[in-house]
Amino acid sequence: MLLELKHVSQSYAARSVLRDLSFALKAGDIGCLLGPSGCGKTTALRAIAGFEPITGGEIMLNGERVSAPGFIVPAEKRRIGMVFQDYALFPHLNVAANVGFGLHGQSRIERNKRVEELLQTVGLEGSGQAYPHELSGGQQQRVALARALAPCPSLLLMDEPFSNLDVELRERLSLEVRDILKQQGATAIIVTHDQHEAFAMGDMIGVMHEGKIQQWDKAYNLYHLPENRFVADFVGKGILLPGKQLNANQVEIELGTLHSKTPGVYSADCNEGGNKKGCEVEVLLRPDDIIHDDASSLLAQVEHKAFRGADILYTLRLPSGNRVLSLVPSHHNHAIGEWIGIRLEVDHVVAFPLIKSAAP
Amino acid sequence: MQQLPTSTVKAPIVGAFTFKFRLPSGWVLAALLIAMLTLVPVVVVLSSLLTPEWEIWTHLIEYQLLQLLTNTFWLVLGVGLGVAILGVSLAWLTAVCEFPGRKQFSWALLLPLAIPAYVTAFVAIGLLDFIGPIQTLAREWWGPIEFPSIRSRGGVIAVMVLALYPYVYLIARNAFLTQGKHALEVAQSLGLSSTVGFFRVALPMARPWIVGGVMLALMETLADFGTVAVFNYDTFTTAIYKAWFSLFSLQAASQLASLLIVFVLVVLLAEQQTRTRMHYTQTGKHSIQARILLTGAQAWLATGFCLVVLALGFIIPIIQLLLWASEVVEQDLDVRYLDFFWHSLALAAFAALLSGAVALLLSYSARQHPGLLLRMTARIATIGYALPGAVLAVGIFIPVAWLDNRFVAVGWVQSPLLQGSLAVMLLAYLVRFLAVAHSPIESQMHRITCSVDEAARSLGVSGVSLITRVHLPILRGGLLTAAALVFVDVMKEMPITLMTRPFGWDTLAVRVFEMTSGGEWNRAALPAVALVLAGLVPVVMLTKYRSK
Repeated sequence: MLLELKHVSQSYAARSVLRDLSFALKAGDIGCLLGPSGCGKTTALRAIAGFEPITGGEIMLNGERVSAPGFIVPAEKRRIGMVFQDYALFPHLNVAANVGFGLHGQSRIERNKRVEELLQTVGLEGSGQAYPHELSGGQQQRVALARALAPCPSLLLMDEPFSNLDVELRERLSLEVRDILKQQGATAIIVTHDQHEAFAMGDMIGVMHEGKIQQWDKAYNLYHLPENRFVADFVGKGILLPGKQLNANQVEIELGTLHSKTPGVYSADCNEGGNKKGCEVEVLLRPDDIIHDDASSLLAQVEHKAFRGADILYTLRLPSGNRVLSLVPSHHNHAIGEWIGIRLEVDHVVAFPLIKSAAP
Repeated sequence: MQQLPTSTVKAPIVGAFTFKFRLPSGWVLAALLIAMLTLVPVVVVLSSLLTPEWEIWTHLIEYQLLQLLTNTFWLVLGVGLGVAILGVSLAWLTAVCEFPGRKQFSWALLLPLAIPAYVTAFVAIGLLDFIGPIQTLAREWWGPIEFPSIRSRGGVIAVMVLALYPYVYLIARNAFLTQGKHALEVAQSLGLSSTVGFFRVALPMARPWIVGGVMLALMETLADFGTVAVFNYDTFTTAIYKAWFSLFSLQAASQLASLLIVFVLVVLLAEQQTRTRMHYTQTGKHSIQARILLTGAQAWLATGFCLVVLALGFIIPIIQLLLWASEVVEQDLDVRYLDFFWHSLALAAFAALLSGAVALLLSYSARQHPGLLLRMTARIATIGYALPGAVLAVGIFIPVAWLDNRFVAVGWVQSPLLQGSLAVMLLAYLVRFLAVAHSPIESQMHRITCSVDEAARSLGVSGVSLITRVHLPILRGGLLTAAALVFVDVMKEMPITLMTRPFGWDTLAVRVFEMTSGGEWNRAALPAVALVLAGLVPVVMLTKYRSK
C-alpha cells in the first residue's frame, strides 16, 4: 500500500474533526474523499499533506511513518503534491516558472524540458510566458495540476479541485484530469462534495461523515450496496420504505417480496426467537428499482415529475400514502394525479433496522 | 490557528506563588513595540491636557486662543466645503460624463498633489500681492484699483482647496466609477432625470467615500504648517512653533498641541467611521459604461472648468516657479545647495528604508499571528498620519529630553545625547509616515494567502528560500511603492524637520521656509522646483496604477 491511514484522529480544542479514520490506497489508484461540507475531508487531506498534526493513530507513506501524535514529517519533506482549491499559483511568476518551481537540483535544460512536457500534457503548450492572472479559471487549474505533478510526487492531493469552475467545464475537466493522472501513473486523493465528480474520477471512494469514513468502496457498491443509512442517503437518490424481513433471503414490503441472492441479516433482533416485531426493517428503493409498466396491476399516483431530457423522475404516491421514486424514459409522459402501473426490479436488497425514534 | 499569547496566574499555594507566564512571541513583541512608538507621543501630548498649566492658559486665553480658534474654525469649514464641492464636481465630470479632454483631465487633475501646499501658497502671494506682477500690470493699464488682498482668510482657504481637492477627487471618482451606471439607470427608469439622479442616488451612494476624502483633506489642513506660515495666518501649528522657538516655552507648545490633537482625533474618528461604512456601499464591478455625453455649451463649460482648476492648481504655479528659479539659478545655486540636496536625500532615503522595514515587520507579524490583538496593534501603530508634525515634534521631544536628563543625571553621558540628533528626527518621521508605508505593503501581503505558502512547501520550498523565492518577490511592488511615497513625503515635510533637526542641518524644505519667511519668493522657487519634481513621482505612480 502506498498510503495507509490507521485510526487517525484529530481534534481542535474540544471538537474532534477526525475520528478513527482508516483507509489505504495502492499505488496508481485514485481515491476520493466524498462528503458534505464540515465532514472533515479537507482536514484529512491536510493531515496527509503534513500541514496539520494528528492527535491519534498514524499515517504511513510508502511504508514509512510520516504522522503520529507528536510526530510529523514536514510537508516539504514528504514529496506529496497538492492542488489547492484556489490554485494558489504564484502571482509573480509566469506559467513556466510556476510549473518549474518545485524542480530542484536540475539543470536549466532538464527543467525546461520537464516544464514543456507537462504543459503539453495539460494542453497548455505555448502558454509558458503568460502570467496566472491572464489565464481563465480552467487554465489556472491546469497550471496548478502541472505544477504539482512536475516533481513526480509519490502522491498527489487535490482539494475540491473543480469547485471554482462552471458545471460544464467541471465535468469535462474531471475526466481529462483522470486521464492525465492515469497517463502519468500518479496516485492521487481528491476531496470533493460532488458525487458525480467522485464517481467520474475515483477508483475508490470514501464517504465521510462526522470525521469518519462511513464506507470505503467502489462507486458501484456505494450506490447499490450502501453499508449504512448515511451512505444510502448521501449517495444517489432513493427512498426508505418500511418492510419486514421474512428470512435471510427475503424481505417483504407493500409492493411485494424482495429476493436477495446473497443472504443478509438486516435487523440484529430478528433471529432471536422468531419475534416478528424485531424483524421490522426499512428498505432502500432507488429510482431505477421501480419500473413503469402499463401492464402491471400495481398502481401509484403521480405526485411530482421532473423532466430531465432522456427520462423523467416521477415521485409516486402509493395507496398506503408512502412515496417512491421512479426513473422512466421520457416518452412515458404522464400527468400529475394520474395513476400509473409500476413493478419492482430490485437486484440488490438493501435494508436497515428500523429506528423508531428517527420517525418524524 | 495560532493562539493569542495568554498569561495565566495559578491560585497561590500556601506560602508561595506559582506564577505561570507565557511570553508572547518575537513577532508580537516587535509589533507592540512599534505601536508604543506611536502611542508615546500621543499620550504625552494628551496628558498635558490633563495637567493644565493655568498660568500659560490665562496668557493664551488673554492673547491668542480666541484668534487661533476662529482662524482654525473658518479654515476647516472653508477648506472642507471647498474640497468637497471642487473634488466631487470634478470627479463626477470625469467619471460619468464625456466632454472634450475628459481622458487627459482625469489624470491631470491629480497633478496638484505634486506641489506642496506651501509652494502653491507662496506662488499665489508672489503673483497676486500688491507689488506682484498682476496687480502692478493692472495699475499700469487701468490706474489705481482696489483688489481684495490675497493675504487674507479667503486667500489661505483658496490655496489650500486648490492643493488638497485631489484627495476628494481621487476617492470620489473611484466611488462613482465603482458604483456603476446601473444605479443611475435604475433611477432613470423610475422617472428621475440624470441631474436629479445624481443628487438622489449617486451622491448619497458615494457619501462615505466623499466624507472620507474630506476628512483626509481636513487632517492635512489641521496638520499644515507651511501654508499658514507663508500667509501669516495664525493657527495651532504656527502657534506651537512660535511657542517653541520664540518663547522657548515647551510647556506652552505642549498645551497648544494637546488642544490641537483633540480636534485631530475627532476628525480621525469621523474618518474611521466612514471607512467601516465603505464596505457596505461598495457594490458592482468596475465597468466601462456609456457616459453621459455633454454637448455644446455644456461640454465647453465642463472643459473650461477643468482647465481653470488645473491652471490655477498646477500649470500657473509651475510656470511661475520655473520663471523665478531661472532668475536666481546663477547667483543662488552654489555649494550650499549640495548640502541641502544631500540632507534632503539622505533623510528621505533613510526614512523610506526605515519606514518600509518597520511596516514590513508590522505587516508580517500580523500575518504570523492573525487575530484581533495584532490587527489593533497595526491600527494604533499607523495613526501617526493623522498627527500634525508640530504636535508630533513636541510629543517626541518631551520624552526624549526626559531620557537625556536621566542619562546625564546617572552620569552615562556628559551632555544631552538624543536631543537634536538625527535619530530622533528619523523616529518622528517614522511615526508620522508609517501608515503611508504600511498600506501598500499590507495590500500586497493579502496576495500571499495561506495556500500560497502551503503550495510552496508541498513543492519542497520552505524557510528562508520561501521568503526569498515567494514572499519578497510578491511584496516587491508594495515595498517600492511604500519607500517612494515615504521618500517624497519626507522631502516635503516641514514642521518636524524645522523643530527636530540638528543645528545647521538644512534641507530643501527648510530653505523654502527660510526664503519665504523673508518674502524672497524667487529664491524660494529654486528648492521648490526640486520638491515638485520629487512630488511628481507618486502622482505618476498613482496615475499608472489607476490606468491599469
